[in-house]
Order: sequence, then C-alpha cells, then structure tokens
Amino acid sequence: MLRNSFKALALAISLFAAAPAHAAGEAIAIPDAKFSFDRMFGTYDRASAQRGFQVYKEVCSACHSMRLVSYRNLRELGLTEAQVEAIAAQFQIVDGPNDEGQMFERPGRPSDRFRRPFANEAAAAAANNGKAPPDLSVMTKARAGGANYLLALLTGYEDPPPGFVLADGAHYNKYFPGYAIAMGAPLNPDQVEFADGTSATVEQMARDVSTFLQWAAEPELEQRRALGVKIIIFLTILAGLTYAVKRKVWADVEH
Amino acid sequence: MSIGLHNSEFKNPVVRWVDQRLPVFTMMQKEYGTFPTPKNFNYFWNFGALAMVTLMIMIATGIFLSMHYVANTSLAFDSVERIMRDVNAGWLIRYVHMNGASMFFIVVYIHIFRGMYYGSYKAPRELLWILGVVIFLLMMATAFMGYVLPWGQMSFWGATVITNLFSAFPVVGEFIVQLLWGGLSVDNPTLNRFFSLHYLLPFVIFGVVFLHVAALHITGSNNPLGIEPKGPQDTLPFHPYYTAKDSVGLVVYFIVFAVLVFFAPNYLGHPDNYIPANPLVTPPHIVPEWYFLPYYAILRAVPDKLGGVLLMFGSILIWFVLPWLDRSPVRSMRFRPLARPFFLLWAVNFLVLLWVGGKPAEGHYVLIARIATAYYFAYFLVILPLLARLERPLPLPESISRPVLGGGPLPAGAAAKPMEKA
Amino acid sequence: MANIAHAAPDGAPRRDFLKLVTGAFAAVGVGAIAWPFIASLQPAKDTLALANTDVDLAPITEGQAITVMWRGKPVFVRNRTAKEIQEARAVPTNSLPDPATDQSRVQKDQWLILVGICTHLGCVPTGQRTTDARGDYGGWFCPCHGSHYDTSGRIRKGPAPRNLDVPQYAFTSDTKVRIG
Repeated sequence: MLRNSFKALALAISLFAAAPAHAAGEAIAIPDAKFSFDRMFGTYDRASAQRGFQVYKEVCSACHSMRLVSYRNLRELGLTEAQVEAIAAQFQIVDGPNDEGQMFERPGRPSDRFRRPFANEAAAAAANNGKAPPDLSVMTKARAGGANYLLALLTGYEDPPPGFVLADGAHYNKYFPGYAIAMGAPLNPDQVEFADGTSATVEQMARDVSTFLQWAAEPELEQRRALGVKIIIFLTILAGLTYAVKRKVWADVEH
Repeated sequence: MSIGLHNSEFKNPVVRWVDQRLPVFTMMQKEYGTFPTPKNFNYFWNFGALAMVTLMIMIATGIFLSMHYVANTSLAFDSVERIMRDVNAGWLIRYVHMNGASMFFIVVYIHIFRGMYYGSYKAPRELLWILGVVIFLLMMATAFMGYVLPWGQMSFWGATVITNLFSAFPVVGEFIVQLLWGGLSVDNPTLNRFFSLHYLLPFVIFGVVFLHVAALHITGSNNPLGIEPKGPQDTLPFHPYYTAKDSVGLVVYFIVFAVLVFFAPNYLGHPDNYIPANPLVTPPHIVPEWYFLPYYAILRAVPDKLGGVLLMFGSILIWFVLPWLDRSPVRSMRFRPLARPFFLLWAVNFLVLLWVGGKPAEGHYVLIARIATAYYFAYFLVILPLLARLERPLPLPESISRPVLGGGPLPAGAAAKPMEKA
Repeated sequence: MANIAHAAPDGAPRRDFLKLVTGAFAAVGVGAIAWPFIASLQPAKDTLALANTDVDLAPITEGQAITVMWRGKPVFVRNRTAKEIQEARAVPTNSLPDPATDQSRVQKDQWLILVGICTHLGCVPTGQRTTDARGDYGGWFCPCHGSHYDTSGRIRKGPAPRNLDVPQYAFTSDTKVRIG
C-alpha cells in the first residue's frame, strides 16, 4: 500500500507520464505476495531467505548460476562464519593455473563466488535444449514485478487451456509472457527438507527462494532504507530552517 | 595602491592580497553578492540553481564511479554490480548518479518550460537561450552514452538503435555509423569511446554553463512579468535574498531526490538493463530512458526512416530559432491571452509525446503520436508566428514594483503565492 | 532603498541565531556528503575477502625459494639450508637494527616466509634465485637503495627501518601452507 502510494508520488514527480513502459503485452496481473520487504520500511525475513538459499542450492543451482554472489555474502543472512566456511567447502571450485600450468579443483572458500553449474554459456545452452538458463544474481531487478513475479512464475505451472499449442519441450505457465516457458516446473512438494521443520510445499519453497533471490539482487536494501529515513528526516528539518531564514530575510521586502 | 593591482574593497588581509592580484572575490561579490536581481521571482526561478547543483553532483559521483567501473564488454556489467555490492557506499554513489540523470532532466525540463512560458528567450536574451539549448543537447549526448556503460540489454540495444539513426542520412550515413561504432557493430570499441566521451562531455557542459551564466549576468534575469527592472526599487541584491530562496528550493529538491534514491532507485529504470547485453537477442519491447521518450515518439510517428530522424533532431534544433519564430514583443504569457493556452497545450502535448513514446508503436498509439507531433511543430512554425500578428496582449504593468497599470502597490501577499500562475 | 539597507554581508543581529542554526545544519549535511566518497576509496569488501593463498611446499628443494602472490604482494617462501639457519641464529640479536630472534620469525626452522617488500620504500629485494645478488649477509638485497637482509630476512645494513614483514600463515599439512 505504502509502496503503491510511493509509486504514485514518484510518478507525479517524474512528470506523471514518464512511467517507464514495463513489459509489453497483456500478461495476467501478478498477485501481490506481500513479502516482508515489500513495505517501505520492510526488511528481509532471514529465516525465509536462509530456507530460500537451501532451495537454490538443492534445486535451482543444478542449472542456474549466481555468479555475482559470494559464499561470504551469506553472513548477511545470519549464518555464522563457520557455517559459511562449511557451505563453501562443500563445493569444488576451479582454480589455477598451478605451477604446472594446470587448472585444478579445490574446496570452496567464503571469498569464492557461487560455483557455476556449467563452465560457460555455451555449455549451459548445450545442456538445456539450446537455451542457457539465466543467471539469477539480479533476477528480481531484471524482471518487471520482481519477487512477486518470481513467486507467481514458480507456482504458475498448469495444463495448457484447450486449443493452446505448446511447442516441443515447452511448458505452460500462466505468468510467463507468451505462456510457453522452456523451464519445466522446478519445484515438487517435499523436494527439500527444511531444518527448521517448515513444511516444504511448492508455495513455501517458491516464496522462500523468491525472498532469497530478492536479497541476492538487492543486498543493500535494508541499509538503503534505514539511511534514507535518516537523511529525509534531516532534510525535512533543514527545509523548515531554510524556509524560516528565507521568511526572515524577505520579511521587510515589499513584494 | 601600486599600479597594476586591482582596487580591492575587502578588509581581510589574505582575501585582499589575493583579490588585488586576482579579483575573484570582487567578481563573486559583484555576480552573486550585490548582483541586482528582479524582486518578483517565483519558485520557477530556482531551477537554474538546481540544475547547476545537479551537474556538480553528477560530476562528483561520476568521478568516483569511474574509479571502479571497467569499460570492457566482458567486465562492465559485473563491475557495476561490484560497485553495488562490494565497494563501500558504492550502491549509494551509483544510485545517486543513476537517478541524478533523471533528476537533471526533470529540473532542466522545468527550467526550459519556465523560459518558454515567461518568454526568457526573447531579446536581448537570445544568445543566453541558445547556449541553454546547446547545454541541453550536450546533456542528451552525455546521458545517452552514460546509459550504455552498464552494458545491460537496454544499454546495448539503445546504443544500437540510436547509432543506427545516423544511417538514415544519405551518402555519409554508413560512414558516420562506423565512426561511432569503431567496428562493424556496437562492441568493445564503442563502449570504450562512449566511456571516454561520457567522462569528457560533463566538463564541456560545465564550460557552456559558465558562458550561459556569464551571458545571464550581462542581460540580467527575466522575471514573471517579463518587463525589465526600471530602477533599484525593482531589484534586490542576489545575496541574501535569492541565496536564501534558492536554498529553500534546493533542500526541497534534495528531499525529492532522496525519496527516489533511497526508496525507489530502480523505478525510472528498465528491468531489462539488469540483463547483461546479448548481441543475439533483442528485448521484445525496447524503449529509451524516459527523458528521451518525446523525441522517440516523434521518430516513430513518421513512417519514413530519414523523415523520422530529421523530425526528431528538428524537434530540438527548432528551439534554436524560437527567438525569431515568436516575434511578439510581450515576453510573459501572463499578458498573452491567446498564446498562453496554446503554450500550455504544447506543454501537455509534450507530456503526451512522452507517454506515447513508451507505448508500443501500433494501433491508435501511432495516431496519437502523429497528432501530437503535428501540434509540437505547428506551435512553433504556425501558431507563434501568427499570434505575433493577431494577438492583442493585455496591458503591461508600469514597473515591477507597480505591477498594476496606473495602480498603487499590490496588496500585501498578492505576489506571495508565486506559483499561482503555473 | 530602505529594504536593502540591512542586507550588508554582516547581517542584522536579530536573525543571527536562526541563521547560525541553519548554517550549522547545512554544514553538517555537506560534511556528511564527504563520507560515502571517502569510504568508496577504501578497499572494497571483495578485496578484503581475498585473504589467503595456498602454497605447496613439496617441490621446493633445500636452498631454493619461490615467490607467490598474496593480496597483490610478493611473498617469499625459502627452504633454508642448515648453514643459513645456523648463520641466522649465530648473530647476537641486540646487535641488530631491528632486534628479533630467528626463532620468532619462523614456525618451522627450515621454512622462512616473508612479505617480499623492502621496508624502506616498497621495492622487491633480489635474492630469490641462487644466482641473484643476495647482499652482504646472504639473504636478500634491495637494489633500489641498497638495503641488505640476512637469511632471516632481518635488516642488517642500508636505509630500511625494519626487518622484512612475516605474514600470517599456518601449515595445513607437512607440505602445505596457507598464507593469510
């Protein structure tokens, strides 16, 4: 709600007609998932984001890279140094060349970027019917609708309506522009086992991984909003003061 | 006082020593201290100062961003995200720079609107106006090249489409396009030269802004009544009156700026620019940044390639000759009962072009774009020249301090709501 | 005009307090703007995270040395001979410009690990290859301004103020060491 009124304000400020034309077409309206970070002062639900990382690690990372995110960044989600080191060490990272000029694999360290499932874009495309699965590092910033869209997409698989011709290897998703998506429904009930006992429904996993991806795309969001509040309060006071000074300066001008 | 030294009036010995040899303090005092300024400015007159401050913000943030940015097609996207994630306060500097471009255009559009509404382009301020148009063109070039630097999908395809505009020109078109690209397509050489020019042009803008201000201080400012000050009773020293007033506008402006940066930093951007550039796939719906949409609408309104390009460039170049298209001796639209509604319609029409430029070029959007384009040019080429002959302006006030013809001083507060005419 | 009489730069005293407060507020704001710019010049988070380098010691035979990169700086790893160790330990520490025992500078007697940057003005001393000039004390020699280091990396002669720095490191196995 607040976010919407903000949008309205920003809209007015930006010469009202300036609204950037987001995704064209007449896709179905994306439902508002009411994420914890939606509200103007909202923050990330850490538990949800941690579960989301687990979903990414156990499901998505088989095909999707997150090349901009490092294991050390997981500290921001509330994991301890030791936990981060243990997670990083689970992955074999290609390093090198060594003294013999050979590339070699070693256990990951917190400073490493998330391991990529494929060596390069071409290998990723070759393994996925010719279309490389996109990197997920900034996915919520790269799609109109952001995390709401991702959640809708992950839960939007259904049988095509009668008469809809689905190309070979495509899947019907009511939230995907054009409805035919190359990625099959990635989530199945109880596909992962959450340590905190949360029931791993498709809806729950989709929500958690969307939260995680939103954090990955905008890790600065909480800091940004907190700083913004302080700066706007400061500026509001300063505006009052400068206006008072201006009034006094102009007090005896006949105009 | 020894011969050859400037006759300084400053008492502080250090200031005086410098001022005698290089009279910068005398100059500042003359141009920004005692400078006689019409006493009846409204808040529209803040926007020149706001634009100046925004330019400095853009240069400062840009210099610091350039210390982390890598102008290479394989690294540019990731280097920008590294600024967002790993560089200390990098997200803040980058979002200020990114949204600063939008704020700069908002401020400058209002500044231009004010100039048109109050006839600030008319004699003797023609050159002042022309320098302003030059600044605006340089801003557009700078903003366009800056948008290419993050090397997202919109960067790449924006660069491709805009540089291809030049291919519309007969004979030299292909030559110019290759010259811009430095290759056979938009690629690493293009990115490198755009980065170089994006760094250079703001300093050129700064130079032209200096000339713009210098010219302003020769003719003096226009004002909402559009009549020249008749004497000291019509003016106030710039300091403290307008320094105080500009400060109010500046702080309010910063609040708006801060709301955008801290709470909706990507609102004016396009999600596709967070997808790394891919020369093999064009996004389904490509649009330029919002501030270019009116010209983009004009481009698309014309079915002919060369015609569209010429009209698009013409839509801004025509501003250069505005002082000679509008021959009416009355500056302020307050006293032009016919021109005023036509101009306000033109301003709305500009916003319509902005809106339709972001819509797909199909169906009734094309028709709207064509009508709006026609009115855009008709206002300059037909309406203004005709009105100069046909319109009967309202009687002008005798002077700024006696705004009503033959009347006494205005009742207190009558001009205290300066935006009422807006 | 009367209304500009009080507009002298000195200002009328009655509006001084308000102006002072406003000016102070604005000054704080302008000062705060400097913070993000200065912060951005400091090492970024990913730079600071690149903390360690693994070195395989197995191929380094006695008397040899290798140079590895750590945080963008050269690190000398030298497999010292018994004679070199003995030389380093024979010197009375109180006769040194920067007194330190050899024992305090190594974890295993044989392996000397040093940041290979002269403490004078940052050049890289020679002495890594057996054919290099090693100075008067058989360790390293900085060609820039003639500092001589011994087989423990301690400054013995020349303008350098300190011994070569010993980085933080730990043996992860008998033949592997992690620097940082």
